[in-house]
Amino acid sequence: MTNDDLIIADPKMRAEGVNVFYGDKQAIKDVSIDVGTDLVTAFIGPSGCGKSTFLRSLNRMNDTVASARVTGRIELDGEDIYAPSMDVVQLRARVGMVFQKPNPFPKSIYDNVAYGSRIHGLAANKADLDVIVERALTRAGLWDEVKDRLGESGTALSGGQQQRLCIARAIAVDPEVILMDEPCSALDPIATAKIEELIHELRGKYAIVIVTHNMQQAARVSQRTAFFHLGTLVEYGKTTDIFTNPKQERTKDYITGRYG
Amino acid sequence: MQKRIAGRYAAERRFKAMGLGAVLLSGFFLAFLLFVMVGNGARGFTYTHVAVAIDFKAMPLTVDKARLSDADADQVIANAGLADIVAFAADEALGKDGSQLISENAWKEVRTRIKADPELLDGKSLFELPASSAVDIAAKEGAKGALGERVDALEKEGKLSTGFHTPFFKNADATDPAVAGIWGALKGSLMTIFIAFLIAFPTGVLAALYLEEYAPKNRWTDLIEVSINNLAAVPSIIFGLLALAVFINWFGLCQASPLVGGLTLALMTMPVIVIASRNAIKSVPPSIRDAALGVGASPVQVVFHHVLPLALPGILTGTIIGMARALGETAPLLLVGMRAFIGDVPGGLCSPSTVLPMQIFLWSDEVDRGFVEKTSAAIIVLLFVLLSMNALAIYLRNKFEKRW
Repeated sequence: MTNDDLIIADPKMRAEGVNVFYGDKQAIKDVSIDVGTDLVTAFIGPSGCGKSTFLRSLNRMNDTVASARVTGRIELDGEDIYAPSMDVVQLRARVGMVFQKPNPFPKSIYDNVAYGSRIHGLAANKADLDVIVERALTRAGLWDEVKDRLGESGTALSGGQQQRLCIARAIAVDPEVILMDEPCSALDPIATAKIEELIHELRGKYAIVIVTHNMQQAARVSQRTAFFHLGTLVEYGKTTDIFTNPKQERTKDYITGRYG
Repeated sequence: MQKRIAGRYAAERRFKAMGLGAVLLSGFFLAFLLFVMVGNGARGFTYTHVAVAIDFKAMPLTVDKARLSDADADQVIANAGLADIVAFAADEALGKDGSQLISENAWKEVRTRIKADPELLDGKSLFELPASSAVDIAAKEGAKGALGERVDALEKEGKLSTGFHTPFFKNADATDPAVAGIWGALKGSLMTIFIAFLIAFPTGVLAALYLEEYAPKNRWTDLIEVSINNLAAVPSIIFGLLALAVFINWFGLCQASPLVGGLTLALMTMPVIVIASRNAIKSVPPSIRDAALGVGASPVQVVFHHVLPLALPGILTGTIIGMARALGETAPLLLVGMRAFIGDVPGGLCSPSTVLPMQIFLWSDEVDRGFVEKTSAAIIVLLFVLLSMNALAIYLRNKFEKRW
């Protein structure tokens, strides 16, 4: 593993020796990685390599799987997120998540975006909430398309719009980190391009971690790339280095398409 | 090859024909049931009245008019001998044994009229009195012999009239079909179902939510699941025995009351609600839970903001089907005493009462032929209540589905 300290000067999240088990099966083996504050970090690797599992342990979504168990240390701003003092609800507000399949609530577009702010009490009144919703939808590049139909159901939008709605919902609570679990895998190329553009725009405002199957996508949107294989982190470095000059034989084989 | 294809088409046609046959057969049974019920029952909603003139000048009823608005006016009038006056007037107006042609409770009708308008006591007026059950049937169905001739004669004189039978919707059970009504049983049923719903719905839904969303999946929860499935299959009379032992013998709650009946039916319905609710909750896509957890909702918020509203149409459908079954249930209520003859409309949750299916059962056992029609009419009322409940279920389901 080549996790030299030079590549991340100011880590937002830091994982050290993380193992994830599903029952007796070990899905993640001793992974240590730093996630930069102003960077987009891509996790790539073949199916079943554990990249999504690792992503889900970064905001403790694995807690919902009864058999899942996480050991090691994961920090957010130096705080252990698995410490008993860490409130998981608070954590998920700080580390937002966008899922593989667009999953808007079967509610109006407005309510979808406003939901997080409502449960966290971020808006004092309706006017505040309107501002939050508009800002989130604008950032997600969806405002112009939906501003006249905020009362319509979120599920009535197209797939790409739904996914941007989910991104708007995640950023409406003003998270510090956004985790994206293959956000484009269910979308057509045009919708994918829009999401990628959006990721570019969001970079710098949030630390973004994106799991992707698509190596071109990782190359296009990320500054750092981590290659996972069989539950281990094989190589982590600058995206340009990983794609042009991989240090590990396995990485090279994967990005040149020899397996995966 | 060709032969195989022909064979496949033939199988397809056979299958279609069988399906259609099954649908037609059940449609036929339904139509038959409705036809017979409505045919018989419609007459149960009407009753024959006989016009009798009573001259209170010739036969004065000696009561103090000031007391007619008192609480014990009924007793005062009865003591003054109104029943005899009415019987005498009937003999006079309808000929020999005329008092046999009117209901033995006919004088109560006169009493009600007098209470409403005491001036009637000063003169002669015409009263439409309920006929006796035999006359009612003879008028509706025709009869042979002396009674038939008598009724025909009365009809020719224009003394018989058939009208909507209001006491049927105002009274409780009685031995005389002229005054027996369904309202006591209907009210008892509604109160019983209300209690059952009040207890079974929240406990059932909460149990289902806990089992689906919170409970760890282990041997204990498996055991609970099996037990609930078994409970749903337990014959309902067993629940009656349980209720008798627990609610009446142990807790000492009021016998034959809607309260105990409702508790009994709640026991019976709860497993059904749990099973229906669990299925509805299971069918809420996990991605919705992920989405809510992902923006930082707590598990309780996930359940009450997302899972429950999405599962509600299914939960309501299951609940109302369970409630409809409870409404038609007789066996467990036999054991908690709701089988008794109850002559009063139940006043509260603890007053003795009966329920619609029990009333049907009791009336179907009566000797008096007047109760045959009453039985059919009661069945129509029961079916009407059931259909309204199902309509409500469909309405609620559509309403909540639209919102989401």
